Amino acid sequence: MEDFLEIGGKKLKSRLFTGTGKYFNDSLIPEVIEKSECEVITLALRRVDFNSKTENVTDYIPKHMTLLPNTSGARNHDEAVRIARLARACGCGNWVKIEVISDTKYLFPDNHETLKASEILVKEGFVVLPYISPDFVVAKQLEQAGVSAVMPLGAPIGSNRGLKTKEMIQILIDEIKVPVIVDAGIGKPSHACEAMEMGADACLVNTAIASSRNPVLMAEAFKNAVSAGRKCFLAKAGKVSSKANASSPLTGFLNQEN
Amino acid sequence: MDFYEIIKEYKDLDFDSIFNNITKNQVIDVLDKETLTKDDFFVLLSPQAENFLEEMAVKANEITLRQFGRVITLFTPMYISNYCINSCVYCGYNCKNKILRKHLTYDEIEKEAEFISSSGLKHILVLTGEDKKKATPEYVSKACEILKKYFTAIAIEIYPMTIDEYKMVVEAGGDSLTVYQETYNEELYAKLHPAGPKSDYRFRLDTPKRGAIANMRSINIGALLGLAEWKKEMFFTGLHADCLFREYPDTEISVSLPRIRPHEGDFMPDYDVTDKNMVQIMTALRLFMPRCGITISTRENMEFRNNILPLGVTKMSAGVSTKVGGHTQEEKDTGQFDISDTRSVVEMASDLRGFGYQPVYKDWQYI
Repeated sequence: MEDFLEIGGKKLKSRLFTGTGKYFNDSLIPEVIEKSECEVITLALRRVDFNSKTENVTDYIPKHMTLLPNTSGARNHDEAVRIARLARACGCGNWVKIEVISDTKYLFPDNHETLKASEILVKEGFVVLPYISPDFVVAKQLEQAGVSAVMPLGAPIGSNRGLKTKEMIQILIDEIKVPVIVDAGIGKPSHACEAMEMGADACLVNTAIASSRNPVLMAEAFKNAVSAGRKCFLAKAGKVSSKANASSPLTGFLNQEN
Repeated sequence: MDFYEIIKEYKDLDFDSIFNNITKNQVIDVLDKETLTKDDFFVLLSPQAENFLEEMAVKANEITLRQFGRVITLFTPMYISNYCINSCVYCGYNCKNKILRKHLTYDEIEKEAEFISSSGLKHILVLTGEDKKKATPEYVSKACEILKKYFTAIAIEIYPMTIDEYKMVVEAGGDSLTVYQETYNEELYAKLHPAGPKSDYRFRLDTPKRGAIANMRSINIGALLGLAEWKKEMFFTGLHADCLFREYPDTEISVSLPRIRPHEGDFMPDYDVTDKNMVQIMTALRLFMPRCGITISTRENMEFRNNILPLGVTKMSAGVSTKVGGHTQEEKDTGQFDISDTRSVVEMASDLRGFGYQPVYKDWQYI
């Protein structure tokens, strides 16, 4: 069975997106990409030195990958828009993950500013993937603005706490037509698997891979978890019942023929 | 709320007695918590918490890895003027010290910038003494404009400015502000800063706030360790950072932990701050404020800087000269203080890699 994720005119086989941050050595990235089989990788423009004489992170990203530059460091929509334009001008393509954070303590996304940036960038032809707190109303507005996916957080960035916003994400999955990619908070493969079982279209995982003892092995673990979760969703798991199914149902007499 | 008012709330508190009465169970309870209050932070600075340094270190390491990853951002200071009208008793720039005074021209700043940037560094920290007639706000702004051609993040560590002056610096390309309160003890502050504009405790205390209002992207604060009893100083440093986090949520807040180093003059610090104390300070800060940046400069020696890598530090200096024009000029002044870690940027980067950390040269982009 063919199962592709379509975003911005691209058909992706892998539903695992990864990132380039927090690695002790960027030279691990090619192997992480290979083992995770991911096709989309996010990178913070603030970290890329395009003029570097020695090396920069893009040297480690194979050419076939789709780059998803993010606007990390943007504190309002104007900064996010400028970073996105700069990323495109620097040759990072026209995909952008909008990340507007005006709270440096918990790093919660600013949904209001994110919406404003998204509206502008969609009009400029970007494939826009906004990182948001899972607010249904905002997700609807983003969808109407023409974003290519929404990226709700499972828990605060870097917290590894799992799907703390599960109920809210489920509503987005049920109601939003564009792909829902769970981003941030996924700490273990089981969290990613859970998100995929719920019907999320993809997961973006960075911290859990990059800060593990063995990022390459962890990348493979996430690939398997995302794939297992997706297959489970497609196979439609049997309903979980909290009640026992009595062998002699109390209403069984209604079905009895005289 | 005005931070001065917060400090006042603690005026009559018997710090020593409360610190000394913190129990083992109180420390254990704090270590079990996920989110810490300022009272919990107080507990972690107590003598009792000294018995839990390993536990604190393990937690600090986990939090730092999750929040920042295995990376250390590198920067270097660039001294452009050492004229000073203050008489801080602990500082080599004290106007009474007979040292060679230098003030770089714009061309000299450019030369210095060119040299430093050839190391690959993209983060620079500009320093001056406090002589507003010499290193005017316009001069500092012009320096930022020049540096912008070579660096992507420009921090300033100069005399406290007004909001409008900071706005001018931000407009010129400066994006971060470092200012140390030196000591939060107002009486001691008066003794240590007997003359000059720096004697104004309140104006200095409100400096980070003015920087944030002027739209500085990040603010770095600190107390000069050794001037006063460190537990109390660090408690107020933590409270100050926490206060800034709350009031200016879109500004990145970080803390430096400078320990007094030998310098020109005969001042000897009254209080010893041991390596063990430094570990307690750093890990307590990390547990209290998971997102707070922590900077360790070359005031510390190589061995210590290598050892504290996993404990919460996020930013380090390398390839350092504390002399004005120290990278390109032949005639050298005595420098603001002696450095203890003389590693070049290349050596530092290589050592970091060896310890499993990625040296980050660039972590900001002008937009």
